[in-house]
Amino acid sequence: MTPDHASHADAHVHVVPMKVLVGVWLALVLLTVVTVAASWVDFGHLIGEPWLNLAGALGIAVIKGSLVVLYFMHLRYENPFHGFVLMIALAFVALLIGITLLDAETVQPNLIPDYAPALEAPAAPPGDAPPAP
Amino acid sequence: MSHGAGAADLHHEERPELQHHFETPEQQFESGKFGMWVFLATEILLFGGLFCAYAVYRALHPEVFVYASLFLDRVLGGINTLVLICSSFTMAWGVRAAQLGQRRLLIVLLGLTILGGLGFMGIKYVEYEHKWKAGLLWGTHYRSQADGHALHHGDAGTEGHGVAPDGHAEPDGHASEPGAAAEQAAPDPRAGLPPAAAAALPPTVPVPEGRTFGDGENASLIPPAAVGPVGVRPPEPAEDDDDLARRLRNEPRNVHLFFGIYFTMTGLHALHVIVGMILIGYVMARAIRGDFGPRYFTPVDIVGLYWHLVDLIWIFLFPLLYLIE
Repeated sequence: MTPDHASHADAHVHVVPMKVLVGVWLALVLLTVVTVAASWVDFGHLIGEPWLNLAGALGIAVIKGSLVVLYFMHLRYENPFHGFVLMIALAFVALLIGITLLDAETVQPNLIPDYAPALEAPAAPPGDAPPAP
Repeated sequence: MSHGAGAADLHHEERPELQHHFETPEQQFESGKFGMWVFLATEILLFGGLFCAYAVYRALHPEVFVYASLFLDRVLGGINTLVLICSSFTMAWGVRAAQLGQRRLLIVLLGLTILGGLGFMGIKYVEYEHKWKAGLLWGTHYRSQADGHALHHGDAGTEGHGVAPDGHAEPDGHASEPGAAAEQAAPDPRAGLPPAAAAALPPTVPVPEGRTFGDGENASLIPPAAVGPVGVRPPEPAEDDDDLARRLRNEPRNVHLFFGIYFTMTGLHALHVIVGMILIGYVMARAIRGDFGPRYFTPVDIVGLYWHLVDLIWIFLFPLLYLIE
């Protein structure tokens, strides 16, 4: 699956070899089947690692996405600046989600009591503290 | 920008597609592609906001997502993923065909790509229709799933007549007190229900004929809720009760928010699929006219990029929405 860097009349034309296209397609199909099949396996009960389900599914999605971007979208053969634009967009999405999650986890449990059972609520809201003796 | 020196000697007269404000076809091609990538970056940011909403809500309310995942068919979603991947493949192949001047192959491949988009939308329609009928919707349109009606096909139309609690059948104030609740047992809610749905209901105590619930203008012969008043745990499941029915009864609060996220994300994505199909149709018409060849295929390439982005977003939507637990 080495890129074909043959020179063409127009230097900007890079024809992706058919072998690469078919290989990427088959890999994407295979990974889809694997991710659906793996979703029936409960890693939480199996080996006590429930996060593996989400991490595994997302990891496969990242591999599939990379294949699409690199080969179907030609990024591997292309002006690297286009890849830079893509990475900037992804970096800002990561910032958005990361910082929002940090904030949500601190604020939300205090806003509505018993509203987010997955999170540990603070021991006692400041207003409800028992009066000092 | 990587401008080759070889293209500089081409004149505008020889290249009808070359716009006057570009020096060389290569510069024009590079500019078009760069513009498309910037547009794709904004698309990623657009969906990024929705992924952010998803992440926050899932972090705070995992129980809602686990519950809602009971109603998403991962096989249908997986088939849709495969359909989209195949159409992405035919699109990438189509770009190759355009680059090599294979006009007929290009037209066939673009047609196959549109077919893939139609297939995706068809499966999406089946999924949406089921959710619509079962009340798996956003906000106040959401119907409680505690009786399991969504998972029994064909029952969807018969629900909601005094069984599924909706807005007005909310129990009144004193019904939520455990003491009052014990007296206020409903008439057999299984009457007229399909056996599968009836089996999902907890055991109940019969009430006298003519018993009303609520007071004032809210008084009703219909008992307040199928599974007992709010605040009271449903009775222990019978021995033959299955795991699914128990999970359905333990419905967390605000499941409708999952479906708000689900319909926003898949709906916006479906809109992109429709736009993509229209664009591919336009490119196909131009391909039939014979506009494209090894020297000029920019529209095929750029529409292809758009179609791959649609595929890319679905690749992330699918595990996040369908493969929970």
